[in-house]
Amino acid sequence: MEIRPILSALMRSKVALVLIGLQIALTLAIVCNALFIIGQRLERMQRPSGMNEVDTFAVTSSGFGEGFDVRSTMEADVTLLRSLPGVAAATAINSLPLSNGGWSSGLVLKPDQRTPLASAAFYFVDAGALDALGLKLVAGRNFKPEEIGYRTMNDNVTPAGVIVTRALAEKLFPGQGAVGRQFYIDDPRTTPPTTVVGVVDRLQEPWVDSKEIEYSVLRPQHLPYGNSSTYLVRAEPGRRDEVMKQVEDKLAAANPSRIVRGLKSVESVRAEAYAADRAMALILGAVIVALLTITALGIVGMASFWVTQRTKQIGTRRALGATQFDILRYFLTENFLITTLGLLVGAVLTYAFNVWLMTHYESPRLPWHYVPVGFLCLWALGQIAVLGPATRASRVPPAVATRSV
Amino acid sequence: MFAYYLQLGLRSLRRNPVLTALMVLGIALGIAASMTSLTVFHMMGSDPIPWKSSKLHYVQMDNWDPNQPYGDDGSPPDQITYRDAVALMQAGKADKQTAMFKLALPIQPANPQVKPFMALGRVASADFFGMFEPPFRYGGPWGRDQDAAHARVLVLTSDTNEKLFGGQDSVGKTVRMDGVDYSVVGVLDKWKPRFKFYDLTNGALSAADEFFMPFTTAIDLRQRASGNNSCWKFPGEGWDAYLQSDCVWIQMWVQLDSPARLAEYKSFLDSYVNEQKRLGRFPRPLDNRLPNVTQWMQAQRVVPRDVEVQTWLGFAFLTVCLVNTIGLLLAKFMRKSGEIGLRRALGASRSEVFRQFLIESGVVGLSGGLVGLLLTGLGLIAVRALYADYKNVAQLDWTMVLTTLVLAIVAALLAGLYPTWRACRVQPASQLKTQ
Repeated sequence: MEIRPILSALMRSKVALVLIGLQIALTLAIVCNALFIIGQRLERMQRPSGMNEVDTFAVTSSGFGEGFDVRSTMEADVTLLRSLPGVAAATAINSLPLSNGGWSSGLVLKPDQRTPLASAAFYFVDAGALDALGLKLVAGRNFKPEEIGYRTMNDNVTPAGVIVTRALAEKLFPGQGAVGRQFYIDDPRTTPPTTVVGVVDRLQEPWVDSKEIEYSVLRPQHLPYGNSSTYLVRAEPGRRDEVMKQVEDKLAAANPSRIVRGLKSVESVRAEAYAADRAMALILGAVIVALLTITALGIVGMASFWVTQRTKQIGTRRALGATQFDILRYFLTENFLITTLGLLVGAVLTYAFNVWLMTHYESPRLPWHYVPVGFLCLWALGQIAVLGPATRASRVPPAVATRSV
Repeated sequence: MFAYYLQLGLRSLRRNPVLTALMVLGIALGIAASMTSLTVFHMMGSDPIPWKSSKLHYVQMDNWDPNQPYGDDGSPPDQITYRDAVALMQAGKADKQTAMFKLALPIQPANPQVKPFMALGRVASADFFGMFEPPFRYGGPWGRDQDAAHARVLVLTSDTNEKLFGGQDSVGKTVRMDGVDYSVVGVLDKWKPRFKFYDLTNGALSAADEFFMPFTTAIDLRQRASGNNSCWKFPGEGWDAYLQSDCVWIQMWVQLDSPARLAEYKSFLDSYVNEQKRLGRFPRPLDNRLPNVTQWMQAQRVVPRDVEVQTWLGFAFLTVCLVNTIGLLLAKFMRKSGEIGLRRALGASRSEVFRQFLIESGVVGLSGGLVGLLLTGLGLIAVRALYADYKNVAQLDWTMVLTTLVLAIVAALLAGLYPTWRACRVQPASQLKTQ
């Protein structure tokens, strides 16, 4: 293999070597880190909320005027919603997973505990919630209709029993079985503890950025906010959109002194919650594609230039007995060498970039396999890009050597 | 000579259309990537009210749980309690001051054609308008006397006025909200701050306010904020207990016209909190903060991390494109060695060759900049489509258009520097010999 002559030829045009090498190095660093970020975002977006997101939607009622009574409205609304054709289940609820708004609080096991053991989201629901959300009960029981109370500004009752998620149960009572155990969900100095009556498999908090996203508590209470109340409806499979269309009119007709608003499928709530992650992944993807294109075109441009510059030498080599394949191999090997040098520098840059992201943007460490995979891809990219000019070089006729340019 | 070199440059670019297109496209893509992200970064990160941002200060006091700070980094709460807000308003020690919160209220239009709708508004004090300077179309703000009288008055934004009164002068007319009649004292003209810098707690990019109402009036009517509310202990039962509690849900801004006034206000605040400490409140160490608009934006991280990363990445991409351009320009100029040799032999000095090729690079840069500007526009359309709430910040302004063009030309000139230098060093004799 003629590596030495190639190297000495390269050393004579160091600038070209540096330019292509630098471009390859930066490309590797950017592509690896961008792909890593894309991977993290996709992983984040795929976390299950724990609820049935396909058949469900939410709707809010906001009453106005002196005569409006939010309690009787809530009860009438839930009854009405459950009676609609195509509705499988419905519940009053204060907030939804993925909605980025809700109520959270610190939880303690003993009244004198200073720092909370965990912070959890509260969902204020009725006995239809497990069915409406499509949650799987893994221990204990569901709420009974007679357990459902109210929580308002003048009525601060702590419920006797609550349902928690498996993740929260494991955090509060590790390895002990949570059902029947007690903890404090409200101010432990002024309120009694509550008992776990059931455990559901999984239910995310409303905040997608939450650190412990699966710490949720279901409270058997209605929580109207002023005159507003929100409902979650699960339609029979395949009938969601049809049910959504009639719900607004039905609720508005049932009580004219209110506004029916916020009609949203949970799928659209999810799309909104992760819009920024999706955007980031798409933008980074576009940058990667553009970067690889530019780099490939740059290699093509430089290689074509070299071929033109060296037409005479190629002719001479051909005249001295080199085959077309020898010439082709010369350019491919040359590109391989340049790319490899660039990649070695790029590997250092990649980790430097990752460390910078780790210190400034709380990024995790780049898994080791990104860099070797990046090497393979860029080697391949370089070889493919140089193939065209190299083929052209191999077709230079030996007779060129005898002519002047 | 400039015109002649420009002509030569254009001719040379036309001679090699593929290579030229490659260079222009490279610069254009690099410029578009960096400028799209920089525009969003600039629109979100730059001072929204530069003529007085250093005079407007946000009030932070640490009334939080002795066992646990409010912020992970130990920072005090980003809002204050009702009782402290009222105490500070009554003391009136700042040049201007407003307590405020976000409020959602149903509007019941008199016009039966318009269905009742939920309006998101702001509860504030009279000084709000003098502090943040929204322009008025009709009427004006309510006065401090109306604050004191708990007057049932409203300032509408132009969109709400359009909806309710068809854009007519509605000053003096009545608007019914949640069963209560308010009379309109003023209507704002189009007011489009790029983001809601006066309420960073409830989302800098959240929807624009639809009405403004006096703070005292809203409290009279027991309106609860629809923005963020945080309590570290049980507030007690009922509205009055809530008002007296340590729950934070009110934002407070003060205007202090000089550094001396700022120092005075800071010491007033410290003595207020120390007095409260003697009453058994404020169990944490004294930590009052009065960040100005830009400091508060930094503390609340208005520019999302993603946008910062995108901006860095955009410029890294531009670097790659420039390195690429250096290579291509080098190839192009070296190919013209013969021509350069000829010109040099005919008497052109090095500096003239230098000028000629630098102008050629500049032409590439300008073309790249123009195409890049177009692509930046498309990029921003894409950003607006991807982020629903970026519609006010993913917009080009004149500063950014100029920056784009200047950046493109500077970038191309920088990229052209080395190839041009190489071109000047061509030895006339060696080139002429091979011909």
